[in-house]
Amino acid sequence: MSEQNRLEWRRRLDRWRPEIRTNTTIRLGGGVVGLLAIVALVGPLVSPYEPTTQALESRLQGPTLAHPLGTDALGRDVATRLTYGARVSLALAVVATTIRVAIGTTIGLLAATGGRFIDALLMRLVDVQLAFPGLVLALVIAGVLGPSLRNVVIALSVVGWASYARVVRGSVLAIRDRPFVQSSKLYGTPRRRLVRRHLLPHVASPVLVLATLNLGTVALAAAGLSYLGLGAQPPTAEWGTMIAGGRNYLRSAPWLVTAPGVAIMLTVVGFNLLGDGLRDALDPDHIDDRKRRRT
Amino acid sequence: MLRALLVRLGSLSSVLLGVSLITYGFMFLTPGDPAYTILREQRQSPPSESQVASFRAEHGLDDPFLVQYVSWLTDALQGDLGTSYYQSESITSLVLASLPNTLELALAATAVSLVLAVPLGVLSAVHRDTWIDRTSQIAALIGVSMPNFWLGYLLLLVCSLWLGLTPVGGVGTFGHLVLPAITLGSGMAAIVTRIVRTSMLEVIEADYVDTARSKGVRNRLVIYKHALRNALIPVVTIVGLQFGFVINGAVIVEAVFQRPGLGTLLVDAVFARDYPIVQGVVLVTAIAFVVTNQVVDLAYVALDPRVERGERS
Repeated sequence: MSEQNRLEWRRRLDRWRPEIRTNTTIRLGGGVVGLLAIVALVGPLVSPYEPTTQALESRLQGPTLAHPLGTDALGRDVATRLTYGARVSLALAVVATTIRVAIGTTIGLLAATGGRFIDALLMRLVDVQLAFPGLVLALVIAGVLGPSLRNVVIALSVVGWASYARVVRGSVLAIRDRPFVQSSKLYGTPRRRLVRRHLLPHVASPVLVLATLNLGTVALAAAGLSYLGLGAQPPTAEWGTMIAGGRNYLRSAPWLVTAPGVAIMLTVVGFNLLGDGLRDALDPDHIDDRKRRRT
Repeated sequence: MLRALLVRLGSLSSVLLGVSLITYGFMFLTPGDPAYTILREQRQSPPSESQVASFRAEHGLDDPFLVQYVSWLTDALQGDLGTSYYQSESITSLVLASLPNTLELALAATAVSLVLAVPLGVLSAVHRDTWIDRTSQIAALIGVSMPNFWLGYLLLLVCSLWLGLTPVGGVGTFGHLVLPAITLGSGMAAIVTRIVRTSMLEVIEADYVDTARSKGVRNRLVIYKHALRNALIPVVTIVGLQFGFVINGAVIVEAVFQRPGLGTLLVDAVFARDYPIVQGVVLVTAIAFVVTNQVVDLAYVALDPRVERGERS
């Protein structure tokens, strides 16, 4: 990254920082997500149990001091499995969303800068992708490729990039004819540098907001696919799989379904709050409006 | 107007063509030879070469991809979605048999979402920044963040297993529909509540609402007669656009409540690698999704004349 690029990014970060710091929703969402990340990192290290080791003599035990969230039908500690599940869910959401962002941003930039024909072609592709209900498409891709976590990541990455392409294309088209981009072009700046220095920083905030909101959606969809049996396979500790495994014990051991459900919900709430807060904080109109009110 | 309609139709056709191509192409994502994989999973043992060859010949899998695709598309356009690998029944009749249950669930879920979302959204907007608004927004946030399969099990636990109010699963009576509709509808309600709130806030600040108030019209009448009617225009479109959400949700909710429907048909076919059924169901849902979106777009123009005049974005 050149010095000028670094300066451009720093200028933007300086502009966002006070908004991000003072936004309560971001703090709340960040707190929830941070807590989950700590649980995912530290939980497995401090737990005295292994997530897959069976202990049939203590199967289906209710919450006790030894097992705060009880045990499952194979005697495994539910709390330990939840912490391992947090690793899987968070990692999966981050990886799939990052791939979505990469594909969507590339296609959006290509569409906005590549001329009329490429734009029309890529936007039709976007329309086709958006024509499928997302989970149905992911379900079919994951099913055809074969049930596994890796294939869920592939399926969820392939499915959700279109909204990024639209957002990026729209943002670039909005500034394409602005004087700073035009003058840069007139100076003969190579396209790659133009994209890096002027276009990417401009699309960063809408993409960041969308990606944060998407992390929750991806975590939810991944849990749904695993629940249906297409994602993580037993004995892997994954929240959707844990709910599927607990459904036969709904009456006798309801904690098997409730605990992972609460974990999924908290994760999605955290990402949604973070996304909502970032949307408020990074929206240029919103920032200007607040500055006007402050002065 | 005619030109705009033709452009829209052209774009719609190209999207539908792309949809059909991708839908048919799914089968070819199978690692290795689809015929071999299908037979191996069907028999739980590796098939012989002659078995694979006869399966390929029987289902036309020896033809080049384009020939297979064109033949499938031609049949599909005539209403024939082919036959299942495992059942003798035609896929069109399987889809038609499953459709009513899914439509019933979709309509009931939409009704539940509107019953919950409209009053909650209006209250939230009218009492902006009060505890009512905050509670309603928290409820919407939780609703949109809750996994529907989890909510389904919670409802089953409380209403069916503990209280014995509703049947555990299946279809047939109103009781069978209540819990699936609430499960699916609550997620939708969360989204619609936010839209109703935003839309009401915009309308409440409009001049004609101020005028009505200044004429001395009672507040309740202003809210429900003047404001809500206009605020519901974007809601109508959002409810239409929720079709994709309903189909996504139906896949899971039908599995939770063991309801036969398009979702169950699709999931069973995916696990059985019964690709003709997968292709048929995906094609039907995608076409329905695209067509619904177009109808919603047109309805928006019809409901709000400002759109056509370009006064609204």
